[in-house]
Amino acid sequence: MTWALILGMVWTVISRVSPDQSQAQAGSVPKEGFAAPDFTLSLLDGGEISLSELRGKVVLVNFWTSWCPPCRKEMPAIESVYRSYKDMGLVVIGLNLTAQDSKQDAALFAQEVGVTFPIALDLDNSVGNLYRVTALPTSFFIDRKGVIRSVIVGGPMSEAVIRSKVEELLREDQ
Amino acid sequence: MFPYLRLGPFLLQMPLFALLVGLWVGLTFIEKEAARLKLNKEKINNLVFYGLIGGIVFARLAYAAQYASVYISNPFSLFSLNTNTLLPEAGLIFGILIAGIYAYRQKLSFRNSMDVLAPGLAFFMIMIGVSHLLSGNAYGAPTRAPWAVYLWSDYRQPTQLYEIFFALVVFMIVLSRMIPANAPGLRFIQFIALSAIARVFIEAFRGDSAILIDGYRTAQVVGLTILVVCLTLLRNWEGKDEHESKIG
Repeated sequence: MTWALILGMVWTVISRVSPDQSQAQAGSVPKEGFAAPDFTLSLLDGGEISLSELRGKVVLVNFWTSWCPPCRKEMPAIESVYRSYKDMGLVVIGLNLTAQDSKQDAALFAQEVGVTFPIALDLDNSVGNLYRVTALPTSFFIDRKGVIRSVIVGGPMSEAVIRSKVEELLREDQ
Repeated sequence: MFPYLRLGPFLLQMPLFALLVGLWVGLTFIEKEAARLKLNKEKINNLVFYGLIGGIVFARLAYAAQYASVYISNPFSLFSLNTNTLLPEAGLIFGILIAGIYAYRQKLSFRNSMDVLAPGLAFFMIMIGVSHLLSGNAYGAPTRAPWAVYLWSDYRQPTQLYEIFFALVVFMIVLSRMIPANAPGLRFIQFIALSAIARVFIEAFRGDSAILIDGYRTAQVVGLTILVVCLTLLRNWEGKDEHESKIG
């Protein structure tokens, strides 16, 4: 097998990544390692939010509906993490798939939990489709450069899981 | 790509399911090989079980250690089913260590035990490829090749298919005992060496390689290092006794 070792070494040298051939992923795709697709949505409390305007902050985008039991269960944990880290640069977007829910039910539940982070309303499911959300809840952890670093499908996420993912990104330099 | 299957209120993670199938079928091959090499089937099963459980536990503990303050205040989160909170490298090292300790305490022949694991692990490697195909992970670099697949908004090398193909070839070689192995442990070393060769080759087509230094891909450098170790072991162990020729 010595021949394999020699060929392997040659192959490794010729297939190395040249400085102008970056391994950074081009395009916006809802996948770890790619830039998070941008969106602009209206907020439950009025106004709008755009993901691209949050560059420089760590962002947690949590897709949810009020009728989804694991979404309901993890929401207090998300709120607790948000309160702990918002001054350090964490932004949470509670992205309600309103096309599958209702604005009233979403508002009622947010009030019940005492949510203080922005709740965005996806009225036509366009952002849900853009992020290929096939299960609820789904959470995207986005770093300060706007790159998706972790995707958690299903839930409920424990508070420790959310905290560890957020801390990992907050520790990184801007 | 087919990452999830909804079964009523449950969400089946297909990549994880593929790995479980790989484990189950792999264990069947291991049991057959244990019988062929006349090793205690129960002890080999325990070896795999302890290695696996130990690996998973340490993968979680190693992850938690990075965020000690978080897990100290929420210790029950250590028992989460979330696969995102595991450190696989630590799990692999500790899993092997725990299996080694078990083998030592049970006085299992180390090299024979490794040989028994080879066909099962070779099958598991195929299912790792299937798992990548289902999840869309381990994706290829953008290409204009006619056999490119459209994935993650670009035409890419179908590296998951390459992975499955080469794992199948390695599995067939290991299962059919195509390359002679004249000493205990050589069958396993052959499997590791062939897998390392496959990885060094496939990695060149990946679009998500970790880069070590000066453009060199980490997986290729690690693969070559493993290959050097395997070649050294093959030379040292070969011809010392007539292991498989005695078994027939």
